[in-house]
Amino acid sequence: MEGQSRTKVVLLACGSFNPVTNMHLRMFELARDHLEDTGQYRVVKGIISPVGDGYKKKGLIEACHRLEMARLATENSDWIIVDSWESLQPEWVETNKVVRHHYDELAAEQNDDDVDTVKYSKKRPVSLLSGCPQLMLLCGADVLESFGQPNLWKQEDINEIVSFYGLVCVTRSGSDPHKFIQQSDTLWKYRRNIHIVHEWVTNEISATHVRRALRRSQSVRYLLPDTVVDYIKVHHLYTAESEQKNADVVLAPLQRYTGSN
Amino acid sequence: MATRRVPLVLLACGSFNPITNQHMRLFELARDHMNGTGQYQVVGGIVSPVSDSYGKQGLVLAKHRIAMAKLALQSSSWITVDEWESQQPDWTETVVTLRHYYGRILKEHERSTGMHNNSSGRAALLASPSPQLKLLCGADFLSTFKVPDLWRDDHVEELVRRFGLVCISRGRLQPEQAVHESDTLSHHRHNIFLVREWVRNEISATEVRRALRRGLSVKYLIPDSVIEYIHQHNLYTEDSERRNEGNVLRPLTKQAQEPV
Repeated sequence: MEGQSRTKVVLLACGSFNPVTNMHLRMFELARDHLEDTGQYRVVKGIISPVGDGYKKKGLIEACHRLEMARLATENSDWIIVDSWESLQPEWVETNKVVRHHYDELAAEQNDDDVDTVKYSKKRPVSLLSGCPQLMLLCGADVLESFGQPNLWKQEDINEIVSFYGLVCVTRSGSDPHKFIQQSDTLWKYRRNIHIVHEWVTNEISATHVRRALRRSQSVRYLLPDTVVDYIKVHHLYTAESEQKNADVVLAPLQRYTGSN
Repeated sequence: MATRRVPLVLLACGSFNPITNQHMRLFELARDHMNGTGQYQVVGGIVSPVSDSYGKQGLVLAKHRIAMAKLALQSSSWITVDEWESQQPDWTETVVTLRHYYGRILKEHERSTGMHNNSSGRAALLASPSPQLKLLCGADFLSTFKVPDLWRDDHVEELVRRFGLVCISRGRLQPEQAVHESDTLSHHRHNIFLVREWVRNEISATEVRRALRRGLSVKYLIPDSVIEYIHQHNLYTEDSERRNEGNVLRPLTKQAQEPV
């Protein structure tokens, strides 16, 4: 069925984007195709939200560069944009809070009068009535599996994401997201809000690999958009030194959740 | 005295139907690898799309495949597209194509070192090593040598002995295995450079065509300019995929005709 019966969807991808690669961009395209193919959804926007420097991941370079590279990478996209809100926050922000922030923004955009109703509604976002698009978190299967890592996520945050919003998970070879969902009661309960997208072309361009190649002066052309390759060159990003950043620091979520405050 | 690096040109033959980011990656990976041996200096790359008479199913007109390759390589400083092979009246054996380009490269080399000669004497000509041309391919290419009647034995020999191969691994394919299993390849293994691609990146033109037929996105798998071209000319439909359906691949008929 076409037209108004489709739910509008906005896809939000959080991550380091250190740097953004063609694989990240492919994720959006695959997710959009998948959702629209069900006949139930119309994907209207994609948002790349690079994590803030406060995340303290090893090798994470300054947010200003990661933002600019993401912007260059999405220059030629007519539906994917980059949002800097998360990266501008002084401390690391939990993913569910980022999702909440963007959801509030979308709701405000959509319908000023009904903002309060939408914000405080305990039910699933009723997109059809308010016209507010449904916001879904877009990620790779590795993120889904990271839900199981101790102290990386708070259970209630995972619950919020899968119950209230929705997850679109693009598979990567070597992972079995269905099995993972099966093994988690929470995920199983909200399995209808979790959309698994099978990547029909194995495309494992990881940012880690890209950084490694750059350190070794190897070519990364055609793994990232040309404009990003050029930017990296001009600014001499990703060296052996940059990879050591945060080497002796604990990842922000781990620090926060293991009560070391 | 340090030995001068051998100037090296990489030639990729294939359908390029259409050209993808993965094709272009092959060149980048090969260049890094060969330069990294310390013995070579990669000075050029050539994409040589096969002629229409190859007869492969789903092959769209050479003029389109060449136009797309040119668009894709606009931003490359060292890889070019050459139409010679596609302009030949019949399908051209890979070795014949190699011979053609090698002849050109040698002539060019003689011309440039010849000019050196006039200004700075014969020493310049002696010090400059002769350039080489090697065939660039994916690991799947090696296994085609086993397909009956697809290759002439003397051609395989000339390919690896006289020219050489730079072969990029693909997926789980083990090119070392193919080399090991062939006496000819094994004998010339020093001239077969196997490059490991650590990032699995299986963007195949077949998959791209499939996606296009189904109206799925191929953005970030092939350059934007190529996507635009495809849409403009309405290439890669169910009809185009049926082209040459039931036909025998040209190499199989051509080589069967030739005297032993």
